[in-house]
Amino acid sequence: MAAVQETVDRVRQIDVDQYRYGFETIIESEKAPKGLSEDTIRFISAKKNEPAWMLEWRLEAYRRWLTMQEPTWARVDYPKIDYQDLYYYSAPKPKKEIASLDEIDPEILKTYEKLGIPLREVEVLEGVVRPEGERKVAVDAVFDSVSVATTFQEELKKAGVIFMPISHAIQQHPELVKQYLGSVVPTSDNFFATLNSAVFSDGSFVYVPPGVRCPMELSTYFRINERNTGQFERTLIIADKGSYVSYLEGCTAPQRDENQLHAAVVELVTLDDAEIKYSTVQNWYPGNSEGKGGIFNFVTKRGDCRGANSKISWTQVETGSAITWKYPSCILRGDNSRGEFYSIAISNGYQQVDSGTKMLHLGKNTTSRIISKGIAAGKSQNTYRGLVTAHRKATNARNFTACDSLLIGDKCGAHTVPYIEAKNTSALFEHEATTSKISEDVLFYCVQRGLSQEEAVGLVVNGFVRDVLQQLPMEFAVEAQKLISISLEGSVG
Amino acid sequence: MPLLEVKDLQVRVEEREILHGLSLTVNKGEVHAIMGPNGSGKSTLSHVIAGKPGYEVTGGQILFKGEDLLEMEPDERAAKGVFLAFQYPVEIPGVATMTFLRTALNAQRKARGESEYSTPNFLKKVREVAASLNIPQDMLRRGINVGFSGGEKKRNEVLQMALFEPSLCILDEMDSGLDIDALRVAADGVNALRSPDRAMVVITHYQRLLNYIVPDVVHVMSKGRVVKSGNKDLALELEASGYAQFEEA
Repeated sequence: MAAVQETVDRVRQIDVDQYRYGFETIIESEKAPKGLSEDTIRFISAKKNEPAWMLEWRLEAYRRWLTMQEPTWARVDYPKIDYQDLYYYSAPKPKKEIASLDEIDPEILKTYEKLGIPLREVEVLEGVVRPEGERKVAVDAVFDSVSVATTFQEELKKAGVIFMPISHAIQQHPELVKQYLGSVVPTSDNFFATLNSAVFSDGSFVYVPPGVRCPMELSTYFRINERNTGQFERTLIIADKGSYVSYLEGCTAPQRDENQLHAAVVELVTLDDAEIKYSTVQNWYPGNSEGKGGIFNFVTKRGDCRGANSKISWTQVETGSAITWKYPSCILRGDNSRGEFYSIAISNGYQQVDSGTKMLHLGKNTTSRIISKGIAAGKSQNTYRGLVTAHRKATNARNFTACDSLLIGDKCGAHTVPYIEAKNTSALFEHEATTSKISEDVLFYCVQRGLSQEEAVGLVVNGFVRDVLQQLPMEFAVEAQKLISISLEGSVG
Repeated sequence: MPLLEVKDLQVRVEEREILHGLSLTVNKGEVHAIMGPNGSGKSTLSHVIAGKPGYEVTGGQILFKGEDLLEMEPDERAAKGVFLAFQYPVEIPGVATMTFLRTALNAQRKARGESEYSTPNFLKKVREVAASLNIPQDMLRRGINVGFSGGEKKRNEVLQMALFEPSLCILDEMDSGLDIDALRVAADGVNALRSPDRAMVVITHYQRLLNYIVPDVVHVMSKGRVVKSGNKDLALELEASGYAQFEEA
């Protein structure tokens, strides 16, 4: 509990304008030349000291990308992105190879401290001894494009868990990377994923060996700092037979006028009887009150329940970004495998969210569950888009979907677009959807009992999303609750 | 100084005048009943005192402890001690009753510059009050009013009244939707809160409620005005002869 309180206090201290994470860290950084070409890709690959096969993989993706069109089917509207006007690589200039946290640029550490999330990391720095048995979080921090440090390496090593920047994994565990990278989201998958495959600069790599329950929550904290940089991180998590891992991802970006591109790819693989729980709290800069600036968040996240009886669970709290285009999905390949998607998507101001999931039932007796809560305020547009399919051989596939939308004010929109395809008669798919407004009567009841309008909205919304919040690990649930109230500030009155 | 002074109050809803110069004075320690037929403006009066949006005050004044109530936001009024027990309390899914009570109580205390209750103290207080109202613990863990019976909703209103310790309680049609046993439990709860420092305004159609909550003063409302005031016998008289005599006036 103490850690949670501490986190809340820390979050409270971060009082910068409406967007509470709008600050810039001034550190020297090393960038690739502006624009995208084979040379840029060679530059990135050389920077990373990558083996030839990796460079080939990237170039193949790049050539593929040149033939692709940017998708337009999502219910989002944004100015054309000039892909030649972006920097595709930006790394804080390292003085030397980083061996421990002490050697990290204090400016960077200060940034993390301001972000308030990886408290455990700060504790480690300060030499705080934690009581036995308390839950731990290992942090892999991605600052702009490079993973600066990972903590708790020793303890993880003892358990046999590999948790490192993917750039290191390419060097140290090429057999695992070769086997799994692109096996869930192929390089040809979609415009943004293909772009990511060509230019990804870093991200996290996790491998949990057979039968191992990862002894701590793993966490990555992403932050876009450099001007005009796209952040293209690549995450790959493999849970071998009978293993379990819970992974947390938090994202923030400093406040800027121009739009910044973020196109990440996350691939999850579970083998027989394994389970991955992946949680995201995303609060990238959403743009200002006139809709200027903000992050374009075009993310491909997909999990493959490759083994029998395996399970993948996605939980997301999306409050940031100007544009969100994101569908964390599950391929339910193994018999009896299970996919879950729990989502809270909040849009305010001029934000546009088009998010949802895909549950692809391929194996027998596969089950999936989708709980989506969309909250639209201000002049925002909030769309749930979901696909549930059952393959011919997916006998007894089961899905339950509940999509609830809440509208605050009368200038926003909520949309639900479910696609359901069953190719066998034994599949049972249920879909429920509701749309409601926070009624005047509910608000009046709350203010009559002494709550301010904003407190009342916060309370009602937190009640609305409670089922999903409960899916988050404890530390994140408190952050998320706080974040929900912050992102709805100014939505009433 | 009276606790509540309503002077010549005129109120419109969407261009239609509902209250045409209503006056009412309530002193500390008194229980007033306001009776009247549907559409006489009883609920409008309670909503305007509590500050519900959608009503336009076109004339008159409401003083509460000598202060201009109409200048205050609804949450400020609550913190100053105005409590409205709703005819139809709303349901808020996902917000546990306990959480709601603590959030509201602490918001009021904060607004008054008092310290917030610690969790153990708060729990102790709620449990005491809940027990006296026959409210089971599991009801406090459920979403506020979600799936509550009519009686439970009203008891929950009384629970909040007891917890917030307001100086003015307005009970809007507390008897609606209650059977006789549920009514008795709720009324006992209200009677326990009668005190020399507190006043109550009980709004009702029927005399029945006033058998349980015996008023000091009874007012009859018709067409947006108080047309007659008297002691508790006035309510009995109304029960016998109906509102028709006032309708024609």
